[in-house]
Amino acid sequence: MNTIKKQVVIIGGGPGGLAAAVKLKKAGVDDILILEREHELGGILRQCIHDGFGLTRFGETLSGPEYAQRFIDEVEELGIAYKTDTTVIGLTGDKKVTAVSRDGLFEYQADAVILTMGCRERTRGALSIPGERPAGVFTAGVAQTYINLKNKMVGRKVIILGSGDIGMIMARRMTLEGAKVEAVFEIQPYPSGLPRNIEQCLNDYGIPLYLSHTVTKIKGHHRLEAVEVSQVDEKLNPIPGTEKEYECDTLILSVGLIPENELSLMAGVELDPRTKGAIVDEFCQTTVPGIFAAGNVLHVHDLVDFVSLESEKLADAVAKFVKEGLPQAEIGVETAGLVGYTVPQKITGDADVTLSFRPRKPVRDRYVDVYQGETLVTSKKYVKLLPAEMEKIKIPAAKLVPGVNVKVVTRDE
Amino acid sequence: MAHLYDVLVIGAGVVGCSAARELSKYQLKIAVVEKGPDVCMETSSRNSAVLHAGYNNKPGTRMAKYCVEGNSTFDQIAAELDIPYKRTGKLVVGYTEDDRAKLESLKAQGEKNGIVGIEIVDRAFIDEKAPHVGGNFAMWSPTTAILSPFQFTYGMAENAADNGVEFYFDSEVTAIERDEEGIYTVKTASGEIRTRWVVNCAGLGSDKVSAMLGIDEYTLYPCRGEYYILDKRIGDMLPLPAYPVPNIKTGGLGIHLTPTLDGNIMVGPSTEYIDENDNYAATKGIMDMLIDDGSRIFPYLKKEYFIRNFAGIRPKLNPPSIGGFHDFVIERRDEIAPHAVNLVGIESPGLTSAVPISKEIVRLISEVEELKENPDFNPIRKRMVTFRDKSHEEQAKLIEENPDYGEVICRCETITKAEVLAAIRGPLGAKTMTGVKYRCRAMMGRCQGGYCQTRIAEILMEEKGIKPEELIYERRGSYIFTGEVR
Repeated sequence: MNTIKKQVVIIGGGPGGLAAAVKLKKAGVDDILILEREHELGGILRQCIHDGFGLTRFGETLSGPEYAQRFIDEVEELGIAYKTDTTVIGLTGDKKVTAVSRDGLFEYQADAVILTMGCRERTRGALSIPGERPAGVFTAGVAQTYINLKNKMVGRKVIILGSGDIGMIMARRMTLEGAKVEAVFEIQPYPSGLPRNIEQCLNDYGIPLYLSHTVTKIKGHHRLEAVEVSQVDEKLNPIPGTEKEYECDTLILSVGLIPENELSLMAGVELDPRTKGAIVDEFCQTTVPGIFAAGNVLHVHDLVDFVSLESEKLADAVAKFVKEGLPQAEIGVETAGLVGYTVPQKITGDADVTLSFRPRKPVRDRYVDVYQGETLVTSKKYVKLLPAEMEKIKIPAAKLVPGVNVKVVTRDE
Repeated sequence: MAHLYDVLVIGAGVVGCSAARELSKYQLKIAVVEKGPDVCMETSSRNSAVLHAGYNNKPGTRMAKYCVEGNSTFDQIAAELDIPYKRTGKLVVGYTEDDRAKLESLKAQGEKNGIVGIEIVDRAFIDEKAPHVGGNFAMWSPTTAILSPFQFTYGMAENAADNGVEFYFDSEVTAIERDEEGIYTVKTASGEIRTRWVVNCAGLGSDKVSAMLGIDEYTLYPCRGEYYILDKRIGDMLPLPAYPVPNIKTGGLGIHLTPTLDGNIMVGPSTEYIDENDNYAATKGIMDMLIDDGSRIFPYLKKEYFIRNFAGIRPKLNPPSIGGFHDFVIERRDEIAPHAVNLVGIESPGLTSAVPISKEIVRLISEVEELKENPDFNPIRKRMVTFRDKSHEEQAKLIEENPDYGEVICRCETITKAEVLAAIRGPLGAKTMTGVKYRCRAMMGRCQGGYCQTRIAEILMEEKGIKPEELIYERRGSYIFTGEVR
């Protein structure tokens, strides 16, 4: 079998991969190949036919396919090579990529590999929802594929578990298709999706959102007939005696996204148990030199605009990597208290760097402090911090010393 | 269905399919009727997927005899039918002196049943075989194997079909009548079938079929067992089945951990008597108990590894007040129902015992009439190619010969379009989503069909020429779509 040499192989032609490819090409890297398992480029955006994409990146609101098309057009114009209907089945630590399509099995030896595989949805099994196993239980993304790409309606009387953005968007979508969406239940005491989706997808259609509630039983031998919903206590355990039954033929699960890192693990990339994505430095480089990651495969983003921006930043770094190499990042970023995680998890200290993070729970009027040893490097006040909204904090390189980890913490006053 | 069969087998589980195949070695016209839309839909597909050694059953029982025989003769049947299995051996782990005494008596029982090689082993032995498994000592059973219960049943069914056995699905038996000439008319949901012999392999419904034959003394007590399935990511940590010392009284073998051939881990099953024989629910209390009990033997059962729960139902002849195991009923009751072989209460170790049970069915028939060998019987069945198990060179060659191998449908398990099509187009091919899943493993991975189910639904509708509203997930009534979008 012939091994084909490539400067950069990009795994996944969704928003992350496309943005990285365009930026990389513009930075003067020519020998790029995008591998995409679907029939068309665009990734999950193809099924996101609602609008609201692009406000940050393009300053206007676009549908998912429109947003993707902007990048696809650039890929075409710039003559960037891509292969669709091609699934990567192997990735090694020395950057050998194995892919299959109807045309055969291909092996690529890349100088750099960019991981932009996106994420998958958490399932009923991962949540261990008790009850029977009837048809009619769908993750929000699967329901979205059936309805928006396959033109198949999946139900008439709907309950939604989880206030993730896709779940709320599907609440609106199914209502517009004539289904009755009874309610959305969220186990946390706060919504997990964006405030604008609560407004535009639920409130505008009179769909109630119940916080601190979860589905505790699924009923129906064949097709879903009803779900039992219970209130939960502060430890998220169902409170006995609060059970209420809702008749329905469909349960949509919008209960979280998990970065899809099976190929990363195959290559020996180390993952962060908090993000379930790779541990990276400020160049989006993983623990395997020459393998980079950005977008939802790295950590789940709220908006596709941020995926594009992160991937463009990655592309600059990859261009530098293939031309001259990158410096080592030896300063670890630790977190404590309300800061759930940061990306990147390690930095060089050579240049200013912006950390992305999420709080563990919603809070108001908090300071986020970055310390290196006893020294306060930077501090920023946030009027509100929501788990649904990724936040950023900039660390000035001038204040950093080499070889000492930094710590990101929160403070009330 | 007007013509006359020599033998009608009721039930297309592993025992029914095995019986049909065994009978097809003789010059007989055979049919199988099944209430569900597919083979392997109830107890046969919902169990620990273990080929038992046979030490758990009382010496002298059919259970003990057939289990030991089924285990020792499995190599041949697996070779003929291309059934994947692996003789991993098994550890029954103990902690206390009381456990040790129980394991000693279990070992003695096994030896009485004719099993060789069982021994009581120390911690060092456990460390060598399965270092992540708990226990201070254990009973080692070298002949225990793990197998694919799906492929076992499909192998039997497909080979039976290849040898002329006819299958009728969606054909629940509603009544059985016998005329003066001794011909049975079996009424089913899809029509009537006339037959000279009836073989009751109806599993969870075998008490009802028995009563239709006039043998009305049996009542089955459905006993549900729930399981967790864990991600392949920790599969390597459990190379063989690990069981606790069984408390036989409960009617199960205790909450154990079993690796599957594909690298997942199953935790279960519970033993809970229930009222319905088709309620496969998982329940909160038992789900928690499975993890608590399973963690005693294997303390790595983290939530992030959970991918699915399922349940199976044992057709038990002993009521809850008695518990434990009642021996298999395999009988010919000429005074009530001549020309009928009646099987009731085929629970664990029914999977392991399926082939010896079917040989006993043939023996019972041959006591009444002489059976002539079928010179055309072909014992060989080939399983579909599994792309993921091949080397890159072999994979390249497969795609060259058939481009459908280059289209990966199920990403988690690397199942190609060629395999999905083989599942649908094969002998007795899949008509339901679950049928595809059981045959080729698509949708069995960690994303549970999040990526591939929409593609599989499309392929299935196209291949079978069925309308969206007719597509079913598993059983009749389990429709997936309510129509087209506006």
